[in-house]
This record gives sequence, structure tokens and C-alpha cells, in this order.
Amino acid sequence: MTAVFDPGAAAGLATARILDDTLNGTARGVVVDSPPGAGKSTLVVRAALELAAAGRPLMVVAQTNAQVDDLVVRLAEKEPELPVGRLHSNDPDPYDKVLDGLEHVRKSAKAADLAGLDVVISTAAKWAHVKNVEPWGHAIVDEAYQMRSDALLAVAGLFERALFVGDPGQLDPFSIVGADQWAGLSYDPSASAVSTLLAHNPELPQHRLPVSWRLPASAAPLVSDAFYPYTPFRSGTDHGDRRLSFGVASDGSATDRVLDEAAESGWGLLELPARHTPRTDPEAVRAVALVVRRLLDRGGAAVSERSTDPAPVTADRVAVGTAHRDQAAAVRAALAELGVTGVAVDTANRLQGREFDVTVVLHPLSGRPDATAFHLETGRLCVLASRHRHACVVVCREGVADLLDEHPSTEPVQLGVTVKFPDGWEANHAVLAHLAEHRVRATC
Amino acid sequence: MSLINTLARLEAVESGRARPTATVRHRRLTGRPLVLVPLTTAGEAGAPLGALVGTDRDAPRLLAVAQPRDRDLRFAFLAELAEAVLPHIESYADVVEPAERGETDPATGKRVKVETELCVDAAQIVVPSRAGIEFVRLLGRSMRFRRTADDDPDTPYPAPARVPLLGRWLTHYGERARVPGSSLLLACTDLLNRHWATGQSNLEDQHLGALLAWIDPPAGESGAEAALRAELARDAAGQLLCPPAGPATDPDFDNRLLAPAIEKYDRARASLAAAEDGLAADARLAELSGAEREIRALLAGVLRPTWDAVWRGLDLLRELPEGARTEDRWTRDRWSFTAHRDRVRSGEPPQPRRDDAVTAARKLAARETAQAQLEAQEALDDPLVLAGRRLAGEAFIGEVSAVEMAYSESKRPSPRPLVTVRTDERPQLGEGVKIYRSLDGKPQTAQFAGYGPADEEGGAPSLVLRITDRMGRGKEPAPGSVPEPGDRIAWTLFEHDQRGGPQLPDAEETPWTHGGPPGGVEAAELPDPMTPEDLL
Repeated sequence: MTAVFDPGAAAGLATARILDDTLNGTARGVVVDSPPGAGKSTLVVRAALELAAAGRPLMVVAQTNAQVDDLVVRLAEKEPELPVGRLHSNDPDPYDKVLDGLEHVRKSAKAADLAGLDVVISTAAKWAHVKNVEPWGHAIVDEAYQMRSDALLAVAGLFERALFVGDPGQLDPFSIVGADQWAGLSYDPSASAVSTLLAHNPELPQHRLPVSWRLPASAAPLVSDAFYPYTPFRSGTDHGDRRLSFGVASDGSATDRVLDEAAESGWGLLELPARHTPRTDPEAVRAVALVVRRLLDRGGAAVSERSTDPAPVTADRVAVGTAHRDQAAAVRAALAELGVTGVAVDTANRLQGREFDVTVVLHPLSGRPDATAFHLETGRLCVLASRHRHACVVVCREGVADLLDEHPSTEPVQLGVTVKFPDGWEANHAVLAHLAEHRVRATC
Repeated sequence: MSLINTLARLEAVESGRARPTATVRHRRLTGRPLVLVPLTTAGEAGAPLGALVGTDRDAPRLLAVAQPRDRDLRFAFLAELAEAVLPHIESYADVVEPAERGETDPATGKRVKVETELCVDAAQIVVPSRAGIEFVRLLGRSMRFRRTADDDPDTPYPAPARVPLLGRWLTHYGERARVPGSSLLLACTDLLNRHWATGQSNLEDQHLGALLAWIDPPAGESGAEAALRAELARDAAGQLLCPPAGPATDPDFDNRLLAPAIEKYDRARASLAAAEDGLAADARLAELSGAEREIRALLAGVLRPTWDAVWRGLDLLRELPEGARTEDRWTRDRWSFTAHRDRVRSGEPPQPRRDDAVTAARKLAARETAQAQLEAQEALDDPLVLAGRRLAGEAFIGEVSAVEMAYSESKRPSPRPLVTVRTDERPQLGEGVKIYRSLDGKPQTAQFAGYGPADEEGGAPSLVLRITDRMGRGKEPAPGSVPEPGDRIAWTLFEHDQRGGPQLPDAEETPWTHGGPPGGVEAAELPDPMTPEDLL
């Protein structure tokens, strides 16, 4: 008899082990790898509450102000009585105004004002300026794979022990200047915090969350195979648990057909004719905007395990992902022209950690004459292909497979640097091969 | 590559001449740069073959190694290089002015001003190409740990007295060259590529001869033709008319001319060693020095065109007026120069082989700040660079059409005037995005407050900006601090000044995540250990 995979039980077991190591273990650090949508934030909130309940003063390090505010809100939802400190910068509007409505959340730009609170939360950048304080017994470092090693160096003196949580498959941190001279050093300041941590402390317990609650059954196997070949994960829901349907029938256009394909199978590829274009390819940008417009016009409705009634797919449940900021700006302008507002349009870097019902992605290699390391980066495609709960539509020019074949990765091999698998070239091919089965050709 | 650079390259292809990408010079050129054109031996990493060095374009000093595998000859070369370079550096070390520096008082932990001195100018070194900078770094690495007989009487191969010192200075210059915008050690190709766009590939732009051919082609010839000739044309003996700018040499030169000359030198040396009487020795010595002269002549022949090309490149660059904020970056270079002078004088050990965790993080942070600052300063100094940023939606020029007074909502309301700006450009603005303008050389911040009405002809909607600072402390903004209708103002979406990053822990307090404090006294002072592979 084969055991039936019970996602809830598997995830619960993993979480219990992580919490046990964090609360009762002897190691100074615990590392948790989490695939997209595997309940990382839930884990962070739970660990924070349990540490606070055990009377251990806790600091939480997140990477962006939005992440910090989100964590504060989640903590307050779970435990409204918990005294939480939000350490913020001196800029105007340093935190989300929602926090002002939370009774037990104290906000300050000075760490001293927040001393003694059970949990103090801030960004790594702000923590780095905190000096001359009693170190915290415990820390939780969120999105640790997106944190740079030098950022960890600046804050690690503030805590004794820490739980590091993050997604190894997403975008690596980067530097705007060359850092090759330190490549291969265990403490390369431009590497991720986790790689430095593990290079110096290889004995630390490492855990993995095995279930993605976000990705639908149609997406988890592809994302797992393409981006996490040695650490596979499953989706928490099964085929049929989630459905996407439209109130308005297709008008037969390529845009509508690709939406129907995506609603049916979870993936859709809208392929434009092959052409070398500038980054802000006007045709592709317009195609992306049109897909979003039709998606909203046709009254998308999503059925999921969260509710039995279909929930309307409104603008705030839709995102557009691009590789470059000017592409995002062009899509925003195109959407504004079509009268669409409220849709999140951003680069992969800024969409990290966010979740939507439907995403529309402008393929990073669409229309390019070459494939640079930036465009081939595994994490970029992984972020773009793993933000959705229901369906993902990719807009792309024809010919990317040939482009990939003409541009194998040529980055120099650095001694002492752990080679990341899979490489972007291979991951791109895997995703492309899968998307080809859901292709709709646009005629422009 | 930015859109404007792509455009400039296309125009260069079309017109057959390089197009300027800057209207001012964005790097400091001192009045007396030291030009160094090094050559290395093929197949022997770090074995110098020769160099032209000097500050007088008409009188370069030729240094040559007749047999690059000979350790003694190499040391002689390095000692001679030290004699050529160190006096140049040292001539700047004692011309100082008083200055103040912020320091953290170890007793109180407060920032205090300390009286100190700053070199009035710093020694500048110019090499032909980026590979030359790499070679300077390599020379520095190979010399700074050497021991002289004074350091250690028992050292098996004592280095000439000033060689380790030269190694430390070249290491410093090599590291400083990694800081964006610094001008202590410059590559001529980098300088030219910063100020002109050619119609050839980035790879070809590393060829100094081809680059100059595009920028300043001979009369009646297009840049592309001249560049092709610079890359490929050979004389009757099969030698390149425009030899590579080094440090690598052309294989045809190595095989056909250099290798036979070195063999001849080796034979002459062997026969001198085998000479049985003084008379024979004299004759053979003459043969040996003849062979050496031949090698020197060969090297001079391939070095001189590059030497002249570097000076020609500098001439072209000097025709551009210097950007206003270049001075600011050069001051940082002077601080760097002065600080290294002080480290050498206080007897600190040479720079370690590898940076520790804290030093590496500090350097990276400093360079990231310098990069952002360089990009901002170049745009503020140069309308052509600003045009590139405008085209990318990172800046815009607009005319103020209306100003409406408004105040902040606080107990003591401060002025927050709303300025309506008309522009045809398309900056990438979003709600609350900060933008900056230069007001008396200082940045003034504003926030994008939304789109205003379109103009009568139905053009682009105007932009409403809320000014948020630099208006004085009073209730009414200080005179001249708020734009007035009719003003044409350049606004940027990037900051003009960069805030430095956070302070990092001291190296002795490196946390456990980064391996703890560096172990004991690192073997920084020890020379490289001898290995069986160490043949040279």
C-alpha cells in the first residue's frame, strides 16, 4: 500500500521540527529553505509568537519596509495583545499608516524607545544603524537569501542566535559595482547572507518546507523541476481544487484564447512573431496590457480551497511582471491608456514575496538579440513564474529557444564559488518547453 | 547599454567617426601624469618583459628584461621601475595643506574633528588599457611581500631595497582604480571610451589604436577603415604597424623577432660564462651587450607607438573642459593618497593578501556609494549625460507654469509649495516618488504629487511637485528657494548626494556568522612560501 501524500501533515511535521530546533536546539542558527508560497511568513509569525511566549526577547530582520509592515500586521492579527516594536527610519512616511491603528504596536526611530518589548521588527538597513544596545537573545532573519552578506555582517552583532528563513530559488542579491575580487571567499560581501553563514557554520541544522500552498497543482511540478531539481516540493492543493472561469465568452482573439488556455491549464504562452526589439517592445507591451484588460473585462472568477463561492478576479489580484524597470513603466503607461488601474506592475525584484491570482509576465528574453547573465538569471524567471495562485500568462516573441541555443552561459567559473543548480540556461529551456504546450500565436 | 549610447554608436557607424558622449571631461588629468606602458612575457604570468615609463612624452625611460625567466634580471628591472616611479609618487607626498577629518573618539564614541594634513595633489599614473591596470595590480602583488636584505639577512633571494615599497604603492593604486570615478590610476582606453562612442564593438574598443582611429581618423579616411588598419595592417616583415597596447605582445612579434633575440642573448651569456681567458671574455661580453641592445631596440620599437598613442589620447581628453564635480572626486583621491602615505610612514605591514570580512564589506559599500555618486555627478555636470538620463525617464527638464503655496499638516506648519511643471518628457514618476533639483549647488527635494491638467493643445499632462526642503526655518520660504513661473529646471529622480552606509563592526568584532575575528596575526608579513613549482 502506498501512503497518500498529505500536504498538511507533511508541512506540519516540518514546521514542528523547525520550531523544536529554534526553541530547544543548541545550534546558534537554524536555516529554513522555503519554496515559493510554502508558508514562510506563517512560519516566521508562528516562530515569533512562540519565542515571545517563551519569554525570549526577539528581533526580526526583514529586507524591505513593506515586508516589515506586513509582518507587524500579521503578528497583531494573531496576537493583538503582544507588545511589538516597529523600528523605522527618519524619512517622511516611514511605515504603513495601518500600523497606527494597532494598539500594542509601538513605533519609533530609536531602538532605545523600543527596549523591553517582546518583539522588535525592522529592516536590515535600519538595524545596521543600531549601536550600543544590549544584544537580543534571538533573531529571525526573513528573506535571508535576498540579504547580502555585508548586510548580515552589519547586524549579526545584535543577536546571539537566529532563525534564517528564505527562498534559495529567488533572485540572488546583487551589487552595482564589480565584486569579483572577493568571489570565492567565504565572506564575499556581495554573496547572500545564507551562503556566508553556512560557509562558516556548516554544522547548522537546515530544514525545508515541503509544500507550496500558493502554487496550483498545475504549476508546482514545473517550478519544482525547473528551479528546485534537488529539493522538490509539492503543491498543497490538487488538480480541480482551483478553477478559473470567465463570465464573458471568448471573442476568438488570440488574447482571449490565451486567457482560456491559462484558465484551463494554469499556463498560457502568447507568442508574438519573432523580431529584435528595444527593451520596451511596444507590441509586446501592448499585448501584455491587452491581456490584463481582457482578463478584467471578461469577469474572471476564481474558485479555490479558501472559499466555495467563486471570488472575482479584481485588479488587485492581478500582477504584471517584467525584467526591467523601464518595461514596467511602459506597461503601466499602456494600462493607463486602456483605462486599467490597480494592477501591480513591477520588476521581478520587487514582486518577490508577493502573491496574486493571475500574473501576466513579459518574458525576460522576448525580442532580445542576446542572452546576458542578467536575463538568464534563474531567480528572475523563478520569481516571475511563481507569483500566481491560479494562472500565469507569458507574453513572448518567438525564437527564444534559438536565442538560448546561441547563447550558452559564458560567465567565468570562479574558484571556491558553489555552482548553483540549475543554471539559468537550463531552467529557461525547461520552462519554455512546458509553455510551448500552451501556446497561442498572436498575429500582429 | 543605455539608449543614448546605442544611438551614439549608430551615428558613429553612419558618420564614420566616433560621437562624443560627454561635453566635459569627467576624470581629473593632472598636469604631470606618469605614463607607464608595461609589457609582459607570453606564457609567464607576472614576468615583466619591458616598459616605457616617464612624465615627459619626448623622453620615456626604457626598461627591459633581456631574459624574463632570470630572477636577477627581473629584480633589476623592478628596482629600476621603483627608481622611475617612486620619486614621482614621493614628489607629491610632502606638499601638503592643513585639513580636517571626522573621526570617532575612542573614549567617548563621539564624532570629532581632527586637524590633519592633506596632500595638495596626488601622483597620477596612466596606463594604456584596462589590462595594464590589471598588470599594475599583479606587479604590486608580486612585490609587496618581498623581503630585502635589510628586512631579513637570511632571505634566500633578497629583493632590491625599494621594490617592496613600490609593490605597496602599486597595490594601492590598483585597489583605488576599482573605485568608480577615481583618477589615481587610469587606463587610456577607459578614459576615451567614457567620452566617445565608436562604431565598433565593446571588445574592439579595448584596442587603443582602433579607438583612436575612430575618434581622430587621419584626414580623408573613415574611422572604420583606420580602425581596421590599426588592428590588422602589417609591415613587410609581418609585424603589426600598430602593436597591441600591452601588456600582452603580438605572437608574431614573440615568435619571429623576440624569441630569436632572446636565444641569441642566452647563447652569448653561456659563451661568456665558458670564456677561458680575459681576452675571449671581453669579446664575448661585447657580443652579450650587443644581444641585449638588440632586445632593447625590439622592445622600444613595439612600446613607442603605444606610448605615443597614450599621449595622443591624453591630448584629445585635455581639449575637453573639466567637469565641475571632478574636483570633488579628486579630493577623495588625494585623501586616499595621503592615507596610504601615512600607512607607509607609520611602518604598517603591506596590504594583506586577502581582505578580511569587514574590510571587504567596507570597500564594497564605499564603491557602491562612489558609483551612485559618480552617476549623479556626471549627469549634473554634463547636459549630454543628463540627456541620456532624461531619455531613460530618470530625469526631466520642465518649465514652471504655476506655484501654489501650501503648508504641511503639523503643529508648526512648514511651507510645502506645489509647483506645476510642464514638460514633454516622460519621467518614470509614481505617487510619492522623490525628485531633486540643484539649488545653489545643494540638492532640493520635492515629491511627485500627481498629474495636473493638460495644456491647451492637449499635450502631455503637467506634473505637480511638492517642494519639501531647503526653504529655511521660517513660515515663509526663504527668498529664491521656491521656483517661479517661467523657470526652466532640470529635475532628477536620482539623489545628488549619497549617504554613506552604516558603520560596520571592527575586524576584531567580526560576528560568528562571518567566521569570527580573523585568526591571530595573519601571515601578512611573511613572504610567499617556496614551492616545488616555484621555478623563477
